[in-house]
Amino acid sequence: MSATVDAPVLAKYEMVVGLEVHVQLRTRTKLFCNCSTQFGDPPNRNTCPVCLALPGSLPVLNEAAVELATRAALALDATVQEESVFARKNYFYPDLPKGYQISQFDKPLALDGKLVIGEHRDGSLMHVRITRVHMEEDAGKSIHDRYPGASAIDLNRAGTPLIEIVSEPDIRSAAEAGSYLRLLKQVMEYVNVSDLNMEEGSLRVDANISIRERGASKLGTKTEVKNMNSFSGVERALDAEFARQVAIVESHGRVEQETLLWDADNGTVRPARSKEGSHDYRYFPDPDLPPLRLTKEWIARIRDRLPELPDARRRRFATEHKLGPYDIDVLTANPHIAEYFEAVAHAHGDSKTAANWVMGEVLAVLKNPGVPIDRFSVRPADLAMLLDMVRNGAVSNSAAKRIFALMVETGDRPEQIAEREGLAQVGDEAQLAAWVDDVIAEKPAEWQRYLAGEKKLLGVFVGAVMKRSGGRADPRKVNQLLSVRASG
Amino acid sequence: MTVPGPSAAELARQHAAGTAPATRSVEQAFARAAEVNTGPSGLNAILWDDREAALGAAAKVADLARQGNQPGPLAGVPVVVKDNIATLTMPTTCGSRILEGYVSPFEATVVTRLRTAGAIIIGKTNMDEFAMGSSTENSAYGPTRNPLDPTRVPGGSSGGSAACVAAGIVRVALGSETGGSVRQPAAFCGIVGVKPTYGRVSRYGLVAFASSLDQVGVFGRSVEDAAIGLGAIAGRDRYDSTSADAAVDDYAATVSETLKGVVIGRPREYFPDSLDARIRERCDAAFDAFRQLGATVRDVSLPHTDLAIPTYYIIAPAEASSNLARFDGVRYGVRAKAATLREMYADTRSHGFGPEVTRRILLGTYVLSAGYYDAYYKKAQEVRALIADDFQKVFDTGVDVLVTPTAPTTAFPIGAKSDPYEMYLSDIFTATANLAGIPALSLPIGRVDGLPVGGQIMAPHFAEAALFRAAFALELALGEAAHR
Repeated sequence: MSATVDAPVLAKYEMVVGLEVHVQLRTRTKLFCNCSTQFGDPPNRNTCPVCLALPGSLPVLNEAAVELATRAALALDATVQEESVFARKNYFYPDLPKGYQISQFDKPLALDGKLVIGEHRDGSLMHVRITRVHMEEDAGKSIHDRYPGASAIDLNRAGTPLIEIVSEPDIRSAAEAGSYLRLLKQVMEYVNVSDLNMEEGSLRVDANISIRERGASKLGTKTEVKNMNSFSGVERALDAEFARQVAIVESHGRVEQETLLWDADNGTVRPARSKEGSHDYRYFPDPDLPPLRLTKEWIARIRDRLPELPDARRRRFATEHKLGPYDIDVLTANPHIAEYFEAVAHAHGDSKTAANWVMGEVLAVLKNPGVPIDRFSVRPADLAMLLDMVRNGAVSNSAAKRIFALMVETGDRPEQIAEREGLAQVGDEAQLAAWVDDVIAEKPAEWQRYLAGEKKLLGVFVGAVMKRSGGRADPRKVNQLLSVRASG
Repeated sequence: MTVPGPSAAELARQHAAGTAPATRSVEQAFARAAEVNTGPSGLNAILWDDREAALGAAAKVADLARQGNQPGPLAGVPVVVKDNIATLTMPTTCGSRILEGYVSPFEATVVTRLRTAGAIIIGKTNMDEFAMGSSTENSAYGPTRNPLDPTRVPGGSSGGSAACVAAGIVRVALGSETGGSVRQPAAFCGIVGVKPTYGRVSRYGLVAFASSLDQVGVFGRSVEDAAIGLGAIAGRDRYDSTSADAAVDDYAATVSETLKGVVIGRPREYFPDSLDARIRERCDAAFDAFRQLGATVRDVSLPHTDLAIPTYYIIAPAEASSNLARFDGVRYGVRAKAATLREMYADTRSHGFGPEVTRRILLGTYVLSAGYYDAYYKKAQEVRALIADDFQKVFDTGVDVLVTPTAPTTAFPIGAKSDPYEMYLSDIFTATANLAGIPALSLPIGRVDGLPVGGQIMAPHFAEAALFRAAFALELALGEAAHR
């Protein structure tokens, strides 16, 4: 599997990729029983007769999961079906208690969605079509490396609600796959349906990939690549599998249809151990669950309650806040950041200043020790107040940064901190005049040069006054005073 | 065999009034079981019992009665339950090796409801393994014998429950139906058996065979016993998404001495030329009785009847192949020792399941396979819709109930049907109601060579009241002739 192909050869081909993304829905309980979905509990604690598949138990659909799945599907511009059907996917595996997974097959929850992932060179939108969004339950976990000679089964995860988002094979490069995944995750964050944590498995990606010569329209034989645990892992795996397939075709071999596992440590893919000899899942409608019927009105109500989605928000930030593309990207990347920014901007009135502070000071803090924004100690109203104080000269810009740091630490209001720390700006004419006189006395030569017309020296004097005042002097007034001295 | 003794209703009245203690009724049931020998060397009808728990529950009913509380319509009435219905105090093995020793940590909704109605569960009854069979010969714990003739089968798959009622141990018993597993043994044992509308009774705790066909059914010594039993367990259950939110009538109150204005359909497909003439005769006598009760008997046709058995034997095994996948040796039940996972699965299931269960799992796996699904499973579902439509059309013409023989034969000798297909034909008149989801009841309408013949009454969805009204009237009209 260590085939190497030169770049010019690789360039003759393109990859054709479709992604299957599993998103764990953030419900309190499992899809078909009342067990908790809590991650990280002791093994098999969150189980009951239903998710253990004890004889005689029956599934009852969790309506909260249906609502979240519907939100997700609508956010991806998919058409939610008024009738969808749960089906059994039959296969034997120790962590699949019933011997079948309840999923959806020929009548999924939603069809025909799309996700915009960028713009083509001609300015038209580049989008990836989404074939379907369906609901299903997760399996448990098999642990093979913990007990010598035995496998352990943890069924806490068995029955956890998932949606599977299946794309059309519209992706042509690893980078496009990365964009698709990042934007998909962003949309899911906006509609708040999942924890989206790849390490905890609440977001999982499988890729179907084939290759063809550029310009060809026929699809090649595809392989399925699994076991990627980051978006960059997906990109690397796709490039590796692309190169492997190209090497096979270039040496006149045939690509086998198979499932491969990404090995991030070695940067290679290897064949998966097959779960069952064949992959005949013998799907049929689950007779324990009536078809899921959703009324047009209910679907419309869920649609009406969707929050503003990333695309719409980006457009609005351009027109309403007059921000540039970079600022917009940074501020809309996460819905909570976007909402925080808007709250500050609305309270303060100057979007650009608000944007600079949120992108600078606020994000710097949030990036650091993993402070989530919903528990961030500086309320938007307080930050807006601080920006107001800067604007009306109550504090200097540099004092404001100190005040902000203290706000982060204490959660106190900015005017309290300014007062307590003596950081309020000094506008008292007598005090300012004294400092100005001191500074002129210290630098007589420079002062003469300034008077002679060397205007850029003004900054030196202002800076010196600021220093002497401990940053508290109002720079606007210092400027005025220096000008008065020069002309007098 | 005549069985003296009070009805379930009378027993409940005595227990509630305190004129007889519930504990005595439970003692009498155990005494009768010992007398007729329901153990492996005898009828082999009861697999597991729990005398202590039963007497404890009976004492509680007696306490309730003494305190002047209403202990329910089945107060202190001893009841047996088929071994595929989950109970807390006794094993639930489905007559299978693979669940040997398995005790459920939860109980079936029907059991909870029986207990709430005051009933005392005294034992779990023998059955064809996983309810697959029509004679109770396919039990891993040996066949059940018919109390009326111990050389013959009691019918099945709920043969153990039917035998307990016929032997006079209990007045009421629970069985389960997928294709006739309550009505056919009721017919073979000369008692009443009712299969309610699909969705009328919760399946929660009934170990699934074929989920779209399964329904808990009730045996009664009399129509009234069965009516009270069904009344106690019927109704919506939020733990079963297929249970219906339909009003439950007081079935015992549908007792009627006349059927004036009632239209009874006689579907010609259930009276083929090949039908045993003596069974036909008993049916004719029942039609005469209906006419004398003021009902009109009308010839009708259900043209897709002959497709019921092939349709049933695609859908039921298909669902069974999936429902029985959970018996894999991983979490409960028997596990074979093996070197690899695949061998463990194969050995556990090969040794745990009997030949009939294995046959149906293989059949079901086959019909769901890629490339065969459309030809078999999908086609069978289409035919199932036609069969249901047959009934709908007849009921739409003003027919209130349909009357047919329950089974094409009387109870046959143990070991007589070694060809599975011949056995499958035992359900030829009963499987249609399961496929259509409609309620149906079997009651005794006479005997042939001393063996009981069952008459079947079928009604539209959720029209159990119409079933019981016709059954009450016929039972009364036939009187002792039903058992001669």
